[in-house]
Amino acid sequence: MADYQIAKTLDYKGLKCPMPIVKISQEMPKLAMGDVVEVLTTDPGSLSDFPAWAKTTGQQVLETRQVPGLITIVVKKTK
Amino acid sequence: MAMDVEKEIAALKEQMEARPGAKRKLSMVVFSGDLDKHIASMIIATGAAAMGMEVVMFYTFWGTAALRDPRKRVAGKNLIEKMFGMMLPKGRDKTTLSKMHMAGAGTAMIKAIMKKKNVASVGEMLEIAGQLGVKIIICEMSMDLMGFKIEEMIDYPGLSIGGVATFLADAGESAVQLFI
Repeated sequence: MADYQIAKTLDYKGLKCPMPIVKISQEMPKLAMGDVVEVLTTDPGSLSDFPAWAKTTGQQVLETRQVPGLITIVVKKTK
Repeated sequence: MAMDVEKEIAALKEQMEARPGAKRKLSMVVFSGDLDKHIASMIIATGAAAMGMEVVMFYTFWGTAALRDPRKRVAGKNLIEKMFGMMLPKGRDKTTLSKMHMAGAGTAMIKAIMKKKNVASVGEMLEIAGQLGVKIIICEMSMDLMGFKIEEMIDYPGLSIGGVATFLADAGESAVQLFI
C-alpha cells in the first residue's frame, strides 16, 4: 500500500515529447505544496524525462509503474 | 567574527551569481531555415521552459523567414527585397526538410506522420512557447539583408528585434547555449 493520497490524475496519454513535461510544469502552480498527482502517459521518453524534470525543478517522483501500453508516474509537489 | 563570516559568504554568493553561465537559462541561435531544425529548436525551447529555465531564441539568417506571417503584406520593398521575399519560405508552414524533401513529398509525409503520432507542430509549439514566456529576438541585420519588416512577422507575445550584443549578453549568463 502506498503511503500517499492521489490528489489528481493527469491524463497525458497519446502526448509526445515535449508535451508531457510541458503539461506537468503548467500544472504545478495549480497544486498545493505536498500534493501528490498521478500522471498517465504512453510516451516511453517520460520514464527518463520526468525524473530529470523533477531533479531540475525540485519536485519529487515517488513512483514509476509500467504495464504494456501505459506508464504511471507519481509526482509530489515539493517546491 | 561571526559577522565577518556572514559578510564573506554574502560576498561569495554575489560573485557566484555574477559569474558567466551561472543562470539557469538557455540561449539559442536559430540560424537554419529547415523545418526539421525548427522542430528541434522548438522542442528544446519548450522543454527548457518546462524545466523552469529562462529561454531566449535568437532568430538569424535563414531562420528569420520562418517567423513571417503568411497573412501579412508590407509595401515599399525594392526589387531585390521582393525577390528574397518570394524565394524564401513565407512562414513556418512553408519550410522544408533539410533531407528527404523529395520535391515536397518527403516534407508532406513527415508532417502527416507527426500529426498521426500526435507530435505537436512548430505552430502549436510556438503557441506553448509564448505561454511559457519563451522570448524571441529577431536579428535586425538579417531582416535588413532580406528586406523583411517587423510588420510582416508573426504575432508573438515575447517578440523583439536585436543585434549580436543582445544575443551575447543573454548567452554570457546562460548555462546552456545552442546554435541550430
